[in-house]
Amino acid sequence: MYYVDPHIHMVSRTTDDYETLARMGCVAMSEPAFWAGFDRSSVDGFRDYFRQLTEVEPARAAQFGIQHYTWLCINAKEAENVELSREVIAMIPEFINCPNVLGIGEIGLNKNTRNEATIFVEHLELAVQLEELILIHTPHLEDKLQGTRMILDMLQNDKRILPERVLVDHVEEHTIGHVLDAGFWAGMTLYPVTKCTPQRAADMIEIHGTDRLCVNSAGDWGPSKPTAVPDLIIEMRKRGHREADIRKVVFDNPLSFFRQNKRFQFKDPTTETTG
Amino acid sequence: MPNRKVSEVIDREYLELRAKILEIAASFDRMERAEGKQDERMLKIEAGLQILSDPDSNKAKRVQELFSIDYDSQWREHFRING
Repeated sequence: MYYVDPHIHMVSRTTDDYETLARMGCVAMSEPAFWAGFDRSSVDGFRDYFRQLTEVEPARAAQFGIQHYTWLCINAKEAENVELSREVIAMIPEFINCPNVLGIGEIGLNKNTRNEATIFVEHLELAVQLEELILIHTPHLEDKLQGTRMILDMLQNDKRILPERVLVDHVEEHTIGHVLDAGFWAGMTLYPVTKCTPQRAADMIEIHGTDRLCVNSAGDWGPSKPTAVPDLIIEMRKRGHREADIRKVVFDNPLSFFRQNKRFQFKDPTTETTG
Repeated sequence: MPNRKVSEVIDREYLELRAKILEIAASFDRMERAEGKQDERMLKIEAGLQILSDPDSNKAKRVQELFSIDYDSQWREHFRING
């Protein structure tokens, strides 16, 4: 089955991983800007990173027939440095019209601090001004519930933000209902130990349905599994789910969300059409 | 969504559940053999086990909430932020 991984950090992965993903059926992916494992010291560090996301990774992916898209921002962890964050936000318009850019992300909260919230709101303002889609990171472990609800408070406080143009990622059992009930898209991340297993993701699909729900690997430099989405496909098949329902979650839904971006062009391997 | 019987779920998951319970049992044994006072995080672990054995549903969601910081609806006032 063809699938799309809407959240994967390929700058951290090898070219072998691209080939493996292509063999597993991955035809497109989106790579949010994130924390690289260390704090960058200047806006030029981010400028180089954004060039990597908009020039290098699309070319690397294309070698294996994978369409690569990306999101731009300064992540929540480095947003603790407010001065640097504002320099990065001011630089984002240089890259926003690159053909593979889908919007602003992954913005959000990490430790739910005042500085993180301040920079989150400033990213929202940029997204509104540029009429861009928004991809949101939610905190991990004990901070997730409070952080997710703070994020929803800030999103809902700005009436210019349309919920259908926002995807809130890394939802789990205690946050998915808050996100979907408020009209936003939700992403489940299949990531060992700190996030969600394919089995629990399948449970959430059975409880909440398939509308506005995506699944991703968030494969990165940590102990993650870039081929986690096919694991969910297998789990849903084992449980007897219809192929159309599986395809909706792993293919149709991410594309429906991405298609709200005016620059988005996708060559559909099932129909051989572009649009 | 597909309908399934409890027996079908057990057929699939019995050995896996057995293994997970065994892992928890071995962790408790390991802590019992270790030195020092009881860590207060053990209270949360024990509360989590209570959720597993009580008759109410939504166990995964309730375990997640148990291990979460409570939502503070006054966070904006504390941060003095308008967003």
